[in-house]
Amino acid sequence: MIHFVLHDAKDTVAVVVVEGVTAGMTLNGWIMDEDRMIEVQAKQDIPIGHKVALVDMAPGDTVIKYGIDMGKVVAPAQKGQHAHVHNIKTKRW
Amino acid sequence: MSHISKDTTFLGYRRENGRVGVRNHVIILPLDDLSNAAAEAVAHNIKGALAIPHPYGRLQFGADLELHFRTLIGAGSNPNVAAVVVIGIEDGWTQKVVDGIKLTGKPVVGYGIEQHGDHDTIMRASKAAREYVQWASEKQREVCPIQELWVSTKCGESDTTSGCGANPTVGSAFDQLHPLGATLCFGETTELTGGEHIVAARCANDKVREDFMFMFNRYQDVINRHKTSDLADSQPTKGNIAGGLTTIEEKALGNIQKIGKVCTVDGVIDKAEMPTHSGLWFMDSSSAAAEMVTLCAASGFVVHFFPTGQGNVIGNAIVPVIKLCANPRTVRTMSEHIDVDVTGLLQRELTLEQAGDRALEVMLRTANGRFTAAEALGHREFVMTRLYESA
Repeated sequence: MIHFVLHDAKDTVAVVVVEGVTAGMTLNGWIMDEDRMIEVQAKQDIPIGHKVALVDMAPGDTVIKYGIDMGKVVAPAQKGQHAHVHNIKTKRW
Repeated sequence: MSHISKDTTFLGYRRENGRVGVRNHVIILPLDDLSNAAAEAVAHNIKGALAIPHPYGRLQFGADLELHFRTLIGAGSNPNVAAVVVIGIEDGWTQKVVDGIKLTGKPVVGYGIEQHGDHDTIMRASKAAREYVQWASEKQREVCPIQELWVSTKCGESDTTSGCGANPTVGSAFDQLHPLGATLCFGETTELTGGEHIVAARCANDKVREDFMFMFNRYQDVINRHKTSDLADSQPTKGNIAGGLTTIEEKALGNIQKIGKVCTVDGVIDKAEMPTHSGLWFMDSSSAAAEMVTLCAASGFVVHFFPTGQGNVIGNAIVPVIKLCANPRTVRTMSEHIDVDVTGLLQRELTLEQAGDRALEVMLRTANGRFTAAEALGHREFVMTRLYESA
């Protein structure tokens, strides 16, 4: 089963695509652009559609998805934690 | 192997001006809010007539008024419409809409309410509507080449699965339709924020790029003039955020997947303007679903691809709206709204090309007459875009 997908191998976050991801699970991830699989240990429960951090992130870091800048980190997140609006913000507007 | 080629055909209604529609509506079109009651009464009297109520049309001025007329005339001129009865509070602007639609050569007539009242207007308009419905009911579909199909797209209630699944599916379909000479459209100006450089890079030439960046920057100015925050509750929406999206940039990068990997952006139009040649057009437009789809209808598009993540239920009065979804929870909980299930994409059970083919197959069946989920459920949204306050 694929638990999460990412577009580009450079992405620092990935999308959980199944329901029921809980802390402690080993998650299988699919890098779509390279058709390659990776694994990450979930450190928190993550709802379907929400993102898992693939690297440790510190405030001020740029978040990469689709291989492109999609915003900045505003609160720290460890690899395997839930990355959402509580730790990511827009750089626009 | 692509599902479509230049020899692919569909069954459409060829109109007086040569354009091809995929529906055969007789619409009762109010000029203004005051005329909705009469329009709905006519549609109640005459089976097969469709009233398109809306809340605007009084004391608008300047560019906002021009957009009002362009939207109404464009909607009436859409080849999915066989004939039109216009009803307005007074004769002048009513006639202006009639005259605009008349340029297509289709049957159209208008009635002003003042000095007649609702009763007399409803009676006269019902007589015309009955004649139009009976006339339209004899129209036959004919075989038409796929190049004559005008297809638009806009996504809504997006989540992260939209960007990974449903939107790239539309992109795959667009990448197949574009080289065949179809006329295509995307928009949602604000929802390109953070990915505008990607769209600019896809523009066919410098003129198109300049036109695109002009429209993009003009809309950014509107946001900057009126914003009271970073729009963190509006863009992305509460629904987007519940679905896992975090920033406008993330939403935009997912949104842009709808224009595929190779399509060039061949032209730029303002809201409700009509493309002048085939290819992929960017239309400056709101990102609000019903507004944008209504603008596509007014621009002459006859079929619409609408990818959704969290489950937008939208339809349109004039254009069949095909909804695609890659979120397994949404497909499970809202299956009656989904026309194309591409959840297999995110489990590697379906390639992007296979997903695109699935979308094209449903597009052709819809063009040939199959009702979309939104049509079967009675979704007839028609929402006009306003630019500013009334005078």
